[in-house]
Amino acid sequence: MSIDKETARRVAHLARIEVAEAELAPLATELSGILGFMEELNEVDVEGVEPMTSVTPMKLPWRADEVTDGGYPDKVLENAPDARAGFFTVPKVVE
Amino acid sequence: MSGLPSLTIAEARRALRAGEIGAIELTEACLAAAEASAPLNAFSALTADKARYQATLAAARLKEGDAPDLCGIPLGIKDLFCVEDEPARAASRILEGFRPPYESTVTRKLWEAGAICLGKLNMDEFAMGSSTESSAYGPAISPWRRQGDPAPLTPGGSSGGSAAAVAADLCLGATGTDTGGSIRQPAAFAGIVGVKPTYGRCSRWGIIAFASSLDQAGPMTRTVRDAAIMLRAMAGHDPKDSTSSPAPVPDFEAALVGDMRGKRIGIPKEYRVAGMPAEIEALWHQGADWLRAAGAEIVEISLPHTRYALPAYYVIAPAEASSNLARYDGVRYGHRAKIGANEGITAMYERTRAEGFGPEVRRRVMIGTYVLSAGYYDAYYLRAQKVRTLIRRDFETAFAEGIDAILTPATPSAAFGIGEMADADPVQMYLNDVFTVTVNLAGLPGAAVPAGLDGRGLPLGLQVIGRPWDEAGMLDVAFALERASGFAAKPEKWW
Repeated sequence: MSIDKETARRVAHLARIEVAEAELAPLATELSGILGFMEELNEVDVEGVEPMTSVTPMKLPWRADEVTDGGYPDKVLENAPDARAGFFTVPKVVE
Repeated sequence: MSGLPSLTIAEARRALRAGEIGAIELTEACLAAAEASAPLNAFSALTADKARYQATLAAARLKEGDAPDLCGIPLGIKDLFCVEDEPARAASRILEGFRPPYESTVTRKLWEAGAICLGKLNMDEFAMGSSTESSAYGPAISPWRRQGDPAPLTPGGSSGGSAAAVAADLCLGATGTDTGGSIRQPAAFAGIVGVKPTYGRCSRWGIIAFASSLDQAGPMTRTVRDAAIMLRAMAGHDPKDSTSSPAPVPDFEAALVGDMRGKRIGIPKEYRVAGMPAEIEALWHQGADWLRAAGAEIVEISLPHTRYALPAYYVIAPAEASSNLARYDGVRYGHRAKIGANEGITAMYERTRAEGFGPEVRRRVMIGTYVLSAGYYDAYYLRAQKVRTLIRRDFETAFAEGIDAILTPATPSAAFGIGEMADADPVQMYLNDVFTVTVNLAGLPGAAVPAGLDGRGLPLGLQVIGRPWDEAGMLDVAFALERASGFAAKPEKWW
């Protein structure tokens, strides 16, 4: 599978990574090379094989639905690039 | 005493308990060695205040006779682990300024056992790499050099700062993490021991996530015994990580006997890869001979899906990374890009991530996004997860036939030079993981042990792969190899 420039643009946007127009074509070539390497997987007969969901055969544990942590909004916000009045602030989302 | 930082953990434990050396004295000696190691760029931050505080606590515990194994032992911590109020950047620009207000479970357990935090160690950005060349701090440099050649070499990656610091005697041991070989490959490149435990043995809580179904923390030390001591302190169930195992943690050190009688060691024929250097092949044979001499039966085995492990890994790991790294959006922590008056939140996200992530991380996030996107999920991700089932089944079959452990080379080459792979395409760099990545896909424990030097005087390592949850048996095989090889080479100090 080879990736064209438009697909590269779409993937970059889906990944929320800005890519300059001039870099899209080289990016497409690079991603195509990596995908080519993955094509080797098509040689494997996977008929009837279950996809792995857990590498160790274990049941996901259950726990009581209780609050066990929290109550320190200042600590939660202390690393934010822009926090005001107890909130994370972001550029305007809705006009 | 300038030799203090070169003590093994076991030697220091004995000397501390006997009162021959003090925890404060040992910590100061390691801090001095670390401060004088700038050319290695192994530490991304020293935590001297924390170290000195912890050393006084350890000294008091030693005095009271209440000294666990790691009491007073100075360690380095990979930058991927959150240590409360200290920088944790995963060697990325996007986490610039981030100081976690919490402690990872593994480091909390180490401090509870009396260990001392010297500082944070350099690594590849978000643990994506095999050379630390993707680090925002610049690459770590190996203390090793080729004979008669001052060209700087990589200590491997992603836990390259950890490997360099342990090999250069800046600390007694270090934590690493291993997603596709990131503990074992740098350990092999730097002539030290590196252990990736069974998936679920160590809690992942508070360790910055790369690929959650593959990531495991483990020890990097100068001896197998030290790795056994450190692993015991790091391991154990944690309710904060639902994949951490409730299985009891054995005394790994007690298992180190080195008697291989009755053990069946598998040699997988598929690991004889094309273009493997003769020195690696010879070392592998030598390793098998050492184990045979210690009483083991050496058996050729087949792991038929080995050659599909790398492509499967390079679908699954980026897919999980693209999901895990979605959290770096410039809102809650780290870097936020400046945007124009007419731009909105999408531009803020996209520019923040473009500025904050380096090229390899951007590449993997985009590959991961692509293989998970509508229309391609079945062709790539689902197929890779099926191949992963087959890779695990290969190992299960070998173990069901009575194989106790598997012996392979740790890496396809000795350490390469900084910048030597700069022109290679990304897939060339990925081939570093060829012998290690199967172990992560199958969730197994693996250990790299130094076993010899190549023709240019650089360390080469062997890998022992264990049965699930049998780190004890695996470490015993590694111990037998360590004893037989008598590996004692040290890099000559130039920094």
